[in-house]
Amino acid sequence: MTSSETVERPVVEMTGISIEFPGVKALDQVDLRLLPGEVHALMGENGAGKSTLIKALTGVYDIDAGQIRVDGAHHRFSGPGEAQSAGIATVYQEVNLCENLTVAENIMLGNEPRRFGAIDWRATRREAARHLATMGLDIDPSSSLGAHSIAVQQLVAISRAMVVEAKVLILDEPTSSLDADEVAQLFAVVRRLRDEGVAILFVSHFIEQVYEISDRMTVLRNGRRIGEYLTAETDRVELVSTMIGRSMEVLEDLHVTTDRAVQIERGNAPFLQAVGLGRKGSVQPFDLDVYAGEVVGLAGLLGSGRTEVARLLAGADRSDEGSTQIKGLPARLGTPRAAIARGIAFSSEDRKAEGVVGDLTVRENIVLGLQAGRGWMRRLPSRQVDEIVTKYIRALNIRPANPQALLRNLSGGNQQKVLLARWLATAPQLLILDEPTRGIDVGAKAEIQKLVAELAGQGMGVVFISAELEEVLRLSHRIAVMRDREKVAEVVNTEDVGVDDVVDLIASGGKH
Amino acid sequence: MPTTTPARPRAAEGGLRRIAHHTLFWPVVALIALLAANTVYRPSFLSVTVLNGHLFGAPIDILRNSAPLMLVALGMTLVIATRGIDLSVGAVVAISGALSLSFIATSPNPGSLSTVLLAIAIALGVSLVLGVWNGFLVSVVGIQPIIATLILMTAGRGIAMLITEGQITTVTSPPFKTLGAGFWLGLPVATLVAGGVFLLVAFLTRRTALGMLVESVGINPSASRLAGVKARTIVWTVFALSGLFSGLAGLILASNVMAADANNAGLFIELDAILAVVIGGTSLQGGKFSLSGTFVGVLIITTLTLTVTIVGISPLVTPLFKALVVIAVTLLQSPRIRESFAARARQRAARPEEVSA
Repeated sequence: MTSSETVERPVVEMTGISIEFPGVKALDQVDLRLLPGEVHALMGENGAGKSTLIKALTGVYDIDAGQIRVDGAHHRFSGPGEAQSAGIATVYQEVNLCENLTVAENIMLGNEPRRFGAIDWRATRREAARHLATMGLDIDPSSSLGAHSIAVQQLVAISRAMVVEAKVLILDEPTSSLDADEVAQLFAVVRRLRDEGVAILFVSHFIEQVYEISDRMTVLRNGRRIGEYLTAETDRVELVSTMIGRSMEVLEDLHVTTDRAVQIERGNAPFLQAVGLGRKGSVQPFDLDVYAGEVVGLAGLLGSGRTEVARLLAGADRSDEGSTQIKGLPARLGTPRAAIARGIAFSSEDRKAEGVVGDLTVRENIVLGLQAGRGWMRRLPSRQVDEIVTKYIRALNIRPANPQALLRNLSGGNQQKVLLARWLATAPQLLILDEPTRGIDVGAKAEIQKLVAELAGQGMGVVFISAELEEVLRLSHRIAVMRDREKVAEVVNTEDVGVDDVVDLIASGGKH
Repeated sequence: MPTTTPARPRAAEGGLRRIAHHTLFWPVVALIALLAANTVYRPSFLSVTVLNGHLFGAPIDILRNSAPLMLVALGMTLVIATRGIDLSVGAVVAISGALSLSFIATSPNPGSLSTVLLAIAIALGVSLVLGVWNGFLVSVVGIQPIIATLILMTAGRGIAMLITEGQITTVTSPPFKTLGAGFWLGLPVATLVAGGVFLLVAFLTRRTALGMLVESVGINPSASRLAGVKARTIVWTVFALSGLFSGLAGLILASNVMAADANNAGLFIELDAILAVVIGGTSLQGGKFSLSGTFVGVLIITTLTLTVTIVGISPLVTPLFKALVVIAVTLLQSPRIRESFAARARQRAARPEEVSA
């Protein structure tokens, strides 16, 4: 085990880094050091400044103050290219490779072996295959990247980073869309690189993974550095309370559950009833009821059809068979607009592509859904907008609490809250949340879970999708289990139902 | 947009610096520089005199000559804000002019007001239909805007040729001539028309929610759709408006020369309009748009054209001259160049200006 006395000279030393965006102080005099042959975890809530710090180190953002030293030499990066040539490679949260190119082309892009000035494609493929082999990845280098799973793409992205023989490898949320086996495969690669002396900066919201892989960690909060700790000497509870800066009461909030003792009024017609609803190539026909005040969880693996179910219910995709009824009356939900008019709000899992309107302000984003429903001619009065916006910024604790900030300048967790505010402002009777807590920090996650429980308590129906079964189990009254684009089971969630039972259902497909 | 903005933390930074950071700063500087250069060349350039109750002078000429481009650029601004582009505006200008003049020429009484009003109504109606056609191709059929409008851009001049039967007919109709050459309350009628449309669009976009919805669709179409925005209707509407405004521009241009020239009316006006929009700070990637920016952009382009005549630059090199000014303005506006300016300024400025927010 490493002790804090015997530290080698750091590969990267960042001191006093400050970065300011209009209306947001993203980083305030932050220090960070990375040691060779160590996995260093960067911890903090959303909006703590993790992504900004990484972007400062990789030359995406220009720093307003502070110093960056790599191998003892001063650097002022004015672009990702410069950081890369200094030996810093990055694999971002969203895989940023070209899906339409082959695996080999992606790995070797910009570093292709040349012969007589032209690219030597055979050597390119051979080199790529060699890099893939060191990752323990057995795929055809000349296959198209888009044909592979996100996990494989992630590993390809790392291979690409290692082509330049990086001294520093930054992994920004690499595991957020991987399953357990894939995480294990990734960690094997990370350990191998660490043992070769590469300094690795690891960012993840999964605390267990951080404990599994990291040697040391730096905690950020609200753009400031709180401290550097040895992972082995830091207690989990201590870490989490350092990250959120509030102690036990918030941690208790993590165990929010919906009040299952409340009997859902099933005498009346359900708020939404889907009968044999399906769409070819997307999801098999399924039945689903959601009553007022009820949280229905959708459990299943990535690609099991849970998102597709949500999209059909919300009119985001058009069904080609089956029917839907609202409060017992037939209702066609052909477009999102029609669904919203019927009181159904849908928050997509793809926050960036299907939620955030980045260049509009927080204020405009919050009222977008409500305004769209009224049409362009009847503009919401300014005073009413102010009231709504102030209310939700306070209720959801959106930071910064500046209605005029552009949404793209907010952190992921706060963007998610703004999107929730957009939906809540339309006063829905059914809220469909697809992975509302993915990629956001513990504090915001607890807040969102609490909100879901409260809303259900007030009589709103909720369809809740999450890859984390614990979360689904804590919040749902009933759980629909999805597998291979088919609804395979439905269980009433009682105290006796545990994660293992749901896993069993997913694994067995509901047939014993 | 008049919204109740809470005190910004940056408000304390001197007003001058904020002005310099305004997106319209450099375009306005360019316009002033152009006007100044003209004044140096001809000291009486900026003077306006009253003659027969009308205002006369180069500034009035600029305003009057700006009118058609202003109209086209207004529609273009909205189209570009939704991530589109309308290449067919020049063709619509030609069709509108050809239709109105041919109708007047073949009518028994070209000088009567009712004939002229009917001609205007027909031309505007057809222009609106052409805009609706473009909007249909883009929003319903899903053809890329550049291709969809390219169809009408090429076909449109042919249609105009059919209408004029290949002739350049000269028409005499005093009421129609008023539109392009007349004065009202001392100001050119064309300017008043364009100004009125400008105010109307400003009202439509900033006093209703149309502006925000247009921007939302331009920034993120799928998020807007999921939020319940009628993206299709909005895209359709802006193309229809672009057609209608181009038709109006065509009427003014036709009235200026009182002859329908299917080949040359509104030739390359789409390029000038796109330039005006871009100079005004609206990004071709869609999203945020600035009507006042477009206004300044149009004035710059018209002033440039006038400058060329006043300074006596050979018409042969006019496009080159125009290009140079446009390059200068767009460079000054480019975020990268501004950033490097800002970085240099920051380095020069004293370090200890840290203010706790």
